[in-house]
Amino acid sequence: MVTLLLLLGPVVAGLLGTVLPAFGYLPALGRATFSMAPWQALFASPGVAESIRLSFVTGLAVTALSFTVVILFVAGWHGTRSFAWVQKLLSPLLSVPHVTVAFGLAFLLAPSGWIFRLTSPWLTGYDRPPDLIIVQDPDGLALIAGLVVKEIPFLFLMTLAAIGQVDAARVRTMARTMGYGAIAAWLKAVFPLVYRQIRLPVFAVLAFAASAVDVSVVLAPSTPPPLAVQLVRWFNDPDLALRFVASAGALVQLGLVVAAIFVWWLGEHVVACLGRIWIRAGSRGRRDFPLRIVAAVALSASFLAAFLGLASMALWSIAGRWRFPDPLPSQLSVNAWTANADRLTTATVNTATIGIAAALVGLALTVGCLENEARFGRRATNRALLLLYVPLLVPQIAFLFGTQILLVLSDLDGAWIAVAWAHLVFVLPYVFLSLADPYRAWDERYARAALCLGASPVRVFCRVKLPMLLRPILVATAVGFTVSMGQYLPTLFAGAGRIDTLTTEAVSLASGADRRAIGAYALLQMTLPFIAFGLAAAAPAWLFRNRRGLLVTA
Amino acid sequence: MRILIAALAAFLSIHAPAMARDWDEVVDKARGQLVFWNAWGGDERINAYIAWAGDQVQARYGVTVQHVKLADTSEAVARVVAEKAAGRDDGGSVDLIWINGENFAAMKRNNLLFGPWTAEAPNYRYVDTENKKTTTVDFTVPVDHLEAPWGMAQFVFMHDTAHVKTPPTSILGLLEWAKANPGRFTYPQPPNFLGTTFLKQALIELVVAPAALQAPAADIAENTAPLWAYLDALHPLMWRRGEVYPQNGPALQRLLDDGEVAIALSFQPAEASGLIAQGKLPDTVRTFVLNNGTIGNTNFVAIPFNANAKEGAMVMANFLMSPEAQAHKQNPEVWGSFTVLDVERLPEDSKAAFQNLELGVATLSPGELGITQLEPHPSWVAALEAEWAKRYASGK
Repeated sequence: MVTLLLLLGPVVAGLLGTVLPAFGYLPALGRATFSMAPWQALFASPGVAESIRLSFVTGLAVTALSFTVVILFVAGWHGTRSFAWVQKLLSPLLSVPHVTVAFGLAFLLAPSGWIFRLTSPWLTGYDRPPDLIIVQDPDGLALIAGLVVKEIPFLFLMTLAAIGQVDAARVRTMARTMGYGAIAAWLKAVFPLVYRQIRLPVFAVLAFAASAVDVSVVLAPSTPPPLAVQLVRWFNDPDLALRFVASAGALVQLGLVVAAIFVWWLGEHVVACLGRIWIRAGSRGRRDFPLRIVAAVALSASFLAAFLGLASMALWSIAGRWRFPDPLPSQLSVNAWTANADRLTTATVNTATIGIAAALVGLALTVGCLENEARFGRRATNRALLLLYVPLLVPQIAFLFGTQILLVLSDLDGAWIAVAWAHLVFVLPYVFLSLADPYRAWDERYARAALCLGASPVRVFCRVKLPMLLRPILVATAVGFTVSMGQYLPTLFAGAGRIDTLTTEAVSLASGADRRAIGAYALLQMTLPFIAFGLAAAAPAWLFRNRRGLLVTA
Repeated sequence: MRILIAALAAFLSIHAPAMARDWDEVVDKARGQLVFWNAWGGDERINAYIAWAGDQVQARYGVTVQHVKLADTSEAVARVVAEKAAGRDDGGSVDLIWINGENFAAMKRNNLLFGPWTAEAPNYRYVDTENKKTTTVDFTVPVDHLEAPWGMAQFVFMHDTAHVKTPPTSILGLLEWAKANPGRFTYPQPPNFLGTTFLKQALIELVVAPAALQAPAADIAENTAPLWAYLDALHPLMWRRGEVYPQNGPALQRLLDDGEVAIALSFQPAEASGLIAQGKLPDTVRTFVLNNGTIGNTNFVAIPFNANAKEGAMVMANFLMSPEAQAHKQNPEVWGSFTVLDVERLPEDSKAAFQNLELGVATLSPGELGITQLEPHPSWVAALEAEWAKRYASGK
């Protein structure tokens, strides 16, 4: 209950704080009457229709693309050795913030990026970067690519988790023995079971892609930008009338996400109808090798692009002179690190402390909920699960405006605790989602045995349950930490520009500045999650170095 | 008798060397204060200078300065406006703002500034208000001691001599050059100040009645028509055919470094030299200005009416105007921003600090920088930015 309040309170209050100004009502700014003026101003502003279209198309395209690649790959390769190999690459990509991957992609693909540097002039003939629109193209293709690269690992992970719950391997084997090809077997027999489980994550991807600000700053066009970016600009304009316009726009952003989800839902029905016909037709789809290759190539390309992008940023952070078309820097320099040492340190400290705080509080609340559920047998319903997803489905910008007003009124804006709380709203769902399954799967008979031996419930919890669940608990905490790391808008709004994290610093450098400095921030953004997950893996191994049973079961 | 003494005391307190005593008080009060300096944070070198200045003030006056990095100065103005609207008349979150032009005009108009106070700052007396007119008139708006000058800026062009043999000498010449070298020029997307300044520079040369620009914007359509005709011709010849724009100065410089463009813009005459020294531009880059002169202005710092640490902010501003801080800032290896002070009037040792500075390989001498064009009235900025967005940033 408390958990829900902490989670949904800011969202609901924030939404309210957005709805009222959207209709011209905000007594703090001296407007205490309702009017439609913000809406008129919104739709009269140049380029707003294009901004809306861009966001809408991006959301659907990103979701459709990443979903298709993931499902085809899982269908085609589940149970193979390459599948296990890809699984290993997943977590590094997952744990790096969106914006870092976006930067990496920009560094890699731009006409002056690494790919052109590596292939010029010997292959391309260019001795100056070609005048091609690749990044920030008006159609938003670079934006879509950047988001797809990051959403593929996320959907992949969610699909893996779902597969575990539906006993996919046996169902698939059954279908295979009936003569179906790998992809057909999986799509016809496993997919319908799995899709139900990953539906909410898919919606979360849709909502995120249609309203991402940080990634857009790096990769999206700016003439005009996607709606969410434009809204942040309006919100920061000294002309206060624009705040009302921004609030109206935030509701449009919310409507846009709802509409996109509705379109997806229609698509679900169409696919379901066609799928049923396809299933009934009974075609075995044995010659699916080309399709399997396509899926593998698409997935590998996206992973490769992400990793090469990250590598190129790491290289830039220690580059001195690096002119086009040199494939590598002609000089190395630690200047980006030394010149920015103070800011890098501050940002790292803020990122780490806020991330740890949000993750630990999120963990405590999650364990509280789950333990409550275990002791009193109250199992979270599907509806409760939906509530958990609310902060991930409602576009951040739609309620952060309102939240900021509340923070200003309560004099909390710019406070460390406000930022940590804002992060918690997004951290909590992920911690819950990653811990819930292992926690619920814990065998209650251990507890009963311990109770029978005379241990108090608290003692059972501390001495038996926690140690046995230590590994998933630490992993969930690390997940929470990395989610906190990646937050851009919540930090910006709650922090009032005073609390800098690695992500806000990197985005503020985004629009141009020095690649070396961006590289330095990006490298830290890659390092912190690495440390977090490293600790999560190492701590149990060390703690249980003479508890072989715990090492094995975990 | 008592009344007489009181009257005398009052008289003395007005006429005695009030400045020194009041300033000591300011310095006393400032000790221990935390100053949130809101300043544009998009340039690494400037950020480093701000950090340096903060360290100095910390060491000397016990004032802690935290740089709140803005993507656009209007963000800080917006925060002060919002605080005023919410009734927060003291304890505000912004103590010092790097400001000029339309943001200053807006804050002054809405009584959002603390002061007048700059005359009380001891170092203000060295400011060259005679020959550097823009230290007292900011974009045609009188400064009235509400903001302290801390740097001179002049709009200059940078070109890579490896690709540009003879740089253009006028705005129309730039168009001709672009025809011969398509795709090798662009400007940051307005409302970025550098991009907007390019629009203003073009407008100054193209407008039929230049005097109109020194007054509040009027007859906007007529006065700006030549500018839009010019841009309509220029954009197809620009980098990415004018469909994509760099977002700020450093992004544009990066394009110059990568060889994507051959001509870039800057508001700091010594910036090219500094970037060459840091390995961020090739050493073939040089600076040029236009025959009829380029826009020049002054950077200021101002204190909002509700600032929490006004004394600390004043101490910081005073330090920024000191010969030492100004000379450090003018060093092309540090920042290369020209001083607001009248170097001739400085004490000898301070004078030497300036005279020992080298200009840097790509910096024009003050003589070569030519005529300084005045900034248009701030109301032109809003008009230009709105129309630009409508024409070039609202999709196909």
